[in-house]
Amino acid sequence: MARYDRAITVFSPDGHLFQVEYALEAVRKGNAAVGVRGTDTIVLGVEKKSTPKLQDSRSVRKIVSLDTHIALACAGLKADARVLINRARIECQSHRLTVEDPVTVEYITRYIAGLQQKYTQSGGVRPFGLSTLIVGFDPYTGVPALYQTDPSGTFSAWKANATGRNSNSMREFLEKNYKETSGQETVKLAIRTLLEVVESGGKNIEIAVMTKEHGLRQLDEAEIDAIVAEIEAEKAAAEAAKKTPSKDT
Amino acid sequence: MECVFGLVGDGFALVAADTSAVHSILVHKSNEDKVMILDSHKLLGASGEAGDRVQFTEYIQKNVHLYEFRNGIPLTTAAAANFTRGELATALRKNPYSVNILLAGYDKDIGPSLYYIDYISTLHKVDKGAFGYGSYFCLSMMDRHYHSGMSVEEAIKLVDQCIMEIRSRLVVAPPNFVIKIVDKDGAREYAWRESIKDTAEVSAA
Repeated sequence: MARYDRAITVFSPDGHLFQVEYALEAVRKGNAAVGVRGTDTIVLGVEKKSTPKLQDSRSVRKIVSLDTHIALACAGLKADARVLINRARIECQSHRLTVEDPVTVEYITRYIAGLQQKYTQSGGVRPFGLSTLIVGFDPYTGVPALYQTDPSGTFSAWKANATGRNSNSMREFLEKNYKETSGQETVKLAIRTLLEVVESGGKNIEIAVMTKEHGLRQLDEAEIDAIVAEIEAEKAAAEAAKKTPSKDT
Repeated sequence: MECVFGLVGDGFALVAADTSAVHSILVHKSNEDKVMILDSHKLLGASGEAGDRVQFTEYIQKNVHLYEFRNGIPLTTAAAANFTRGELATALRKNPYSVNILLAGYDKDIGPSLYYIDYISTLHKVDKGAFGYGSYFCLSMMDRHYHSGMSVEEAIKLVDQCIMEIRSRLVVAPPNFVIKIVDKDGAREYAWRESIKDTAEVSAA
């Protein structure tokens, strides 16, 4: 057993933790995921890579509930995700049992990030190969929050963020187009961001909307298709307006 | 002197419990809710040692919720009852919990059900059950007046008759009771039966 004490994540001469950086590479190969925080709504969106014909797509849920007021989406190794999500769900209930209060979004993010960090500083283990986007409403103040964690165990709060495949382009798009939104506008912004890098259509995107009153709601394909159609129409109208400049001076 | 009793009716199940929290000769409070809403369609009425009662029932509730988050689907009433019994059984020969439980639930394709779980992990699926000294009176009343497929009105009438018997015949009878019901629309509080109200706030002079 002594053989397996050797740490796998060790510093390189120039101060890098290569295992953690390789884990981030794994995240970059994972599906695109985006999170947008509105004033009263938070939206999580995930790219659905083409489902094999015989697979039951209902068994592949990429956006999950951790508690009635917290949801999580991730990019990277899905098997690692199962382990982290399970631990987080247990912690949510354990917290409710010990202090009779639901977790705050920050608490559970800190917990998940702490877990991810532990696996960068333990013997014989490799880091978790996933980044998470955690959303929820503070149970006491009702303020919406969006947090991101990564394999190194760092976490921070965001107004909107993306991870996984093409996350840089999505983040650029968000930086250009983000503004305070609420309700359906937040959903549209999330979908528009995903559409930048994903083939258009309801069957390629999974969207979940969280509100304080109704908790997490997964949108079905028809709803997503309808919003995508709206977005395309708006885009087409904008294009047309550009092409024919107004004749009035 | 704690009393918990319950019965199954037509498309619903009821659990009633006294609401006194007693320590030796002192009544701490007479509005202690001993019927926990386990999840959307389950009730857990518990009686026994105060610390054990809260500790054990909250533990069961959080584990039932965890199951629902992990699996995306709630436990059936039977599964929850068997899980509860299992936890009592595991603790029995080490640190036994002194808690008696009546677990009522409604499952979509099965209908209402009631489970009798006592502190030494006995598990029975029953139509009517009761714990405590009050059970001597409740079980006799229910044996006489219960029939399967009772309506809510008939069942509440029977519950009130049981409460009447407890109040009049039990030497240190608890003054107040809470009645909770579970049916296809979920688990919820039905009514309180109070003969002693906690004093209202003293109005400002």
